[in-house]
Amino acid sequence: MKDKSLVQIALYAALVAALGFIPPVPFAFGVPITAQTLGVMLAGVMLGPWRGALSMLLLVFVVSLGAPLLAGGRGGLGVLAGPTVGFFLGWPVAAFFAGLVAQKLQRLPLLAATAIGAFTGGILVLYICGIIGFKLVTGNNWANSTLTMAVFIPGDLIKVAITCLVAQAVYKGLPGAVATRQP
Amino acid sequence: MISLYLGQQSWLHRRPAGLKLLSLAAISIGLYFVSHPFWMLAALLAVLALYASVGRQALRQLRLLRPLLFLFAIMFLVQWWSVGLAAGLTLVLRMSTLVLLANLITLTTRMDAMMSAITPLLLPLRLVGTDPARIAFAVALVIRFIPVLLAQLHGLKEAWTVRGGGRQVWRLAIPMTIQAIRMSDHVAEALAARGGIQTSPGHATHSSRSHSSAKESHSEG
Repeated sequence: MKDKSLVQIALYAALVAALGFIPPVPFAFGVPITAQTLGVMLAGVMLGPWRGALSMLLLVFVVSLGAPLLAGGRGGLGVLAGPTVGFFLGWPVAAFFAGLVAQKLQRLPLLAATAIGAFTGGILVLYICGIIGFKLVTGNNWANSTLTMAVFIPGDLIKVAITCLVAQAVYKGLPGAVATRQP
Repeated sequence: MISLYLGQQSWLHRRPAGLKLLSLAAISIGLYFVSHPFWMLAALLAVLALYASVGRQALRQLRLLRPLLFLFAIMFLVQWWSVGLAAGLTLVLRMSTLVLLANLITLTTRMDAMMSAITPLLLPLRLVGTDPARIAFAVALVIRFIPVLLAQLHGLKEAWTVRGGGRQVWRLAIPMTIQAIRMSDHVAEALAARGGIQTSPGHATHSSRSHSSAKESHSEG
């Protein structure tokens, strides 16, 4: 891997961490939404599947080592023992699929391609990982696990929309920075 | 320094990281076989006693559980509604115990000690051509980038407030991302100018290093 890719991978890992410092916004019914998954979707769309996944893998590694970089200052091994472990470990997978889908849809307009990519990675794939993790850790059945997690979906839909807008704006300013859309 | 580690001394600080990680894994698995809320509560109290034995600073870190409280409440309600009160209590007590115990290991183990404890697990990566030294460099970069990005975000937020602000703070994500990408380009250039990332001695793939970084600096110049 080239040094430049390594720097970019580290950058997006840090970006997701920095987004975690934005205080969670209580959304409808008090469900807290954080900006972090926005960064996960961005990493996939901007870096492409492989580097996006590696960048999130790096973040997972740093957080597991003990850096409190998840929203609300969480970090360390407690995250791996907690009910959200599936989402946390699902970040690399989510970034991968967000990047892969956005890359496959290069013929579509950028906004549509990133929307479908971010939705597939950041919601479909991420919730599958999250619900599997929740079920394994808590021993709940599928229906209960899905029901518990469903309250977070509306907030994540908003983040899909923001991801598209950011990707489009960045593409206008720095076309080379969007790896899933190369001329 | 961004780490949860408590810079003090305690009996738990002095135990080797590998031993702590193994005990944590063993206890966590054991807790899955506890199904009565009473015994689960006893386990939670035992973990709280461990926190107390480490000191007041550790007890203050119990607040790390706070971001999970909302989720715990939903979990409790769903479990109560579908299985029963005892199951709901056990679930939430078990989750709290597991998370607090794991956090305690993080609080009392230095990040570098943790890293060297798990380095043997990273060795297979050499087979696919990834040098552990590069991973260490990437970890250091992430930790260095975060305060810079936070300072950028802070500056953007202030400028936004001065211009009149508004509710759509999320718009700041656009300039923040662009600034971050520019910064990473500069860092990559600076790195190439200094001969690239130093690999650990004797690593198989390092012969290609000088070549690739020279090519990179050329394409950017």
